[in-house]
Amino acid sequence: MTPIGFFEIIGFGERGWGAALLLAAGVTLAVAICGFLVGSVLGSLAAAAKLSRNRIAAAIGDFYTTVLRGIPDLLVIYLFYFGGSLALTNVGRMLGYDGFIGLPVFVTGALAIGVVNGAYQAEVFRGAYLSLSKGELEAAKSVGMSRALMFRRIVVPQVLRYAIPGLGNVWQLALKESALISVIGLVELLRQAQIGAGSTRQPFYFFLAAAILYLALTTISTIAFQKAEERSMRGVRRAG
Amino acid sequence: MDLAFLWSTFTTLIEGVPLLLELAALSLAIGAVFALLLATMRLSNVAVLDWTAQGYIFVFRGTPLLVQIFLIYYGLGQFRPALQDLGLWWFFREPFYCAVFALTLNTAAYAAEIFRGGLLSVPHGQIEAAKACGMSRAMRFRRITLPIAIRQALPAYGNEIILMVKATSLASVITLMEVTGLAHRLIAQSFRAVEVFVVAGAIYLFINFVVTRAILMIEWRLSPHLRQPPTAEAPMKPEPAHARGA
Repeated sequence: MTPIGFFEIIGFGERGWGAALLLAAGVTLAVAICGFLVGSVLGSLAAAAKLSRNRIAAAIGDFYTTVLRGIPDLLVIYLFYFGGSLALTNVGRMLGYDGFIGLPVFVTGALAIGVVNGAYQAEVFRGAYLSLSKGELEAAKSVGMSRALMFRRIVVPQVLRYAIPGLGNVWQLALKESALISVIGLVELLRQAQIGAGSTRQPFYFFLAAAILYLALTTISTIAFQKAEERSMRGVRRAG
Repeated sequence: MDLAFLWSTFTTLIEGVPLLLELAALSLAIGAVFALLLATMRLSNVAVLDWTAQGYIFVFRGTPLLVQIFLIYYGLGQFRPALQDLGLWWFFREPFYCAVFALTLNTAAYAAEIFRGGLLSVPHGQIEAAKACGMSRAMRFRRITLPIAIRQALPAYGNEIILMVKATSLASVITLMEVTGLAHRLIAQSFRAVEVFVVAGAIYLFINFVVTRAILMIEWRLSPHLRQPPTAEAPMKPEPAHARGA
């Protein structure tokens, strides 16, 4: 058999890996989105904690954002993979099931990305909250809005608007971090490329194809966030 | 808490620190030179140079570092005969060189934009003043532009250094046993993920803490003009004793 060429690899022919790679890119996107959403929940909680007047909550928030931004993502992934499976196995043992129970890699990956991403999102949300104008919050109070109503009508819409550029960056981090999930065996884009490289012995072509697909994902994301930013700012008069 | 285990974990993992520092220092140093070149290309006003640099930065910032490492370490293996003919195979055969190479290319792309921002922030008046004093282009760059640009870019570059310290962990995927690699092996052997994670995490946090402090110190030293001037008149009008809280 003749060695397979680059265009045959990315093609959809009999020996082509195009469909497999596209599907894997879908998995990459899915795990990154799930991680980003987990990160949004954790990030907004951490931002609220850091902004609260409760000292203990603020300290916990600080600890979370400092630690998770200071250690390698790979280490967090290992912790979740091995630690999660270990915890599950122990729970299983208590329920009378002897044997190793592995945490599903997709869930592990999404959680690991989410925990790291949340630390970055917390800083984005905190910055956005701090740029709210005080007068608007006072106005909301003076018309008698309850805290919940004020949060829903005044705080959230504006924080989201200010946070869009920062969230765009953090989303890119999630997308790129998802490649690390390949080390625990989730068949996302990079892992699929490794599989292809192993079976055809053309590693360069496969990793190149993967790189191009990642580039496509990050480029589309950049454009999407730009559009979102423009749209969110459509009611704001710019200086100058 | 099993202190004996924590201590033995610590002594195992600390052996990975020299490799970690080597990887980070080498790639940051070479990457910074490369980044300066890219930043000057971006600012050169020569369209071809600008586009080349932009394309490079776009590609290396838009793809995951792990993909870049795989592309260099595993991918180039595909062209082994050609690389052997060129006499380059000894380089791409070694995981250490490949890791440094990938980290260098990656950090150069991020640092180039940071340096560009720094260079753009140099006030025009300063450059005009230097020109008016008759400084040559090279001297102007060395004495005026570069110091001001470095000072402006330092906080962002400090973040990049921390990102690189964290990024060295990816070298463990291509068999280099730095801290994360050792931690992974230890977890697989002992199945005590939490303890190993705590120790390894503490090592990284300590390194990054030192980096942050060092950057703050350099920033302080580079901005004497922003500090309170040392009060020369202090000896002349001594504070009353009660004001010092004596």
